[in-house]
Amino acid sequence: MILGQVVASVVSTEKHAHYKGLKLLMVQPLDARGQPKGKPLLAVDGVQAGIGDRVILVDEGGSARAVIGDESAVTVRTAICGIVDRVDIEDEE
Amino acid sequence: MKLGKVIGRVVSTKKLECYEGLKLLLVQPLDEHLNSAGSPIVAYDTARSGEGDIVFFESGKEAAQANPNGWFNPGDAAIIGVVDAVNAVNAVNAGDAVNAGDAVNAGDAEDVRGARGSRDVHGARGEGGAL
Repeated sequence: MILGQVVASVVSTEKHAHYKGLKLLMVQPLDARGQPKGKPLLAVDGVQAGIGDRVILVDEGGSARAVIGDESAVTVRTAICGIVDRVDIEDEE
Repeated sequence: MKLGKVIGRVVSTKKLECYEGLKLLLVQPLDEHLNSAGSPIVAYDTARSGEGDIVFFESGKEAAQANPNGWFNPGDAAIIGVVDAVNAVNAVNAGDAVNAGDAVNAGDAEDVRGARGSRDVHGARGEGGAL
């Protein structure tokens, strides 16, 4: 699982049947300190997250399908599985 | 999944059976501001997309699963849906909104609308201010 921040919502009408009814969000991965790291990716939402939320993301098919509760949606790979309240991290200094 | 823009069509006659009947498209991956990011890839289409469309695509095993000709095939990129709008708030650096209408540059936005309008099947496509 990776930490990320929701930066956009994506609207699509014409899409694969597996994605019907799912909310699509664009997520910027973050490092442990909350700084952007790597490139944004799209994920389906399993926890009613919104723009600006810090979230936990799974980027693995089996887990993503468990998040949305549909084992037959075999083309779904990335899903948001939690909203982060806070991250406690030991200071390096 | 990632965002991309369909920039061309790939035509192939001699190919594996598992690609039979599928539309192969050239997709330029995009970043969150709809600027080009990386090299174009070839993806097969499952969402009736066409040249000029902003799309989202899946890569890896899940893309192969999207192939209607069976799951055991060598596909590694599949277009899953056509993007109507991207509503972005740059949460990291305070809010400036971006939408798919800004697509790459002004001329492209027109192209997207044109391509969309001529193949409008559901009516919902191309509606609203976003595209």
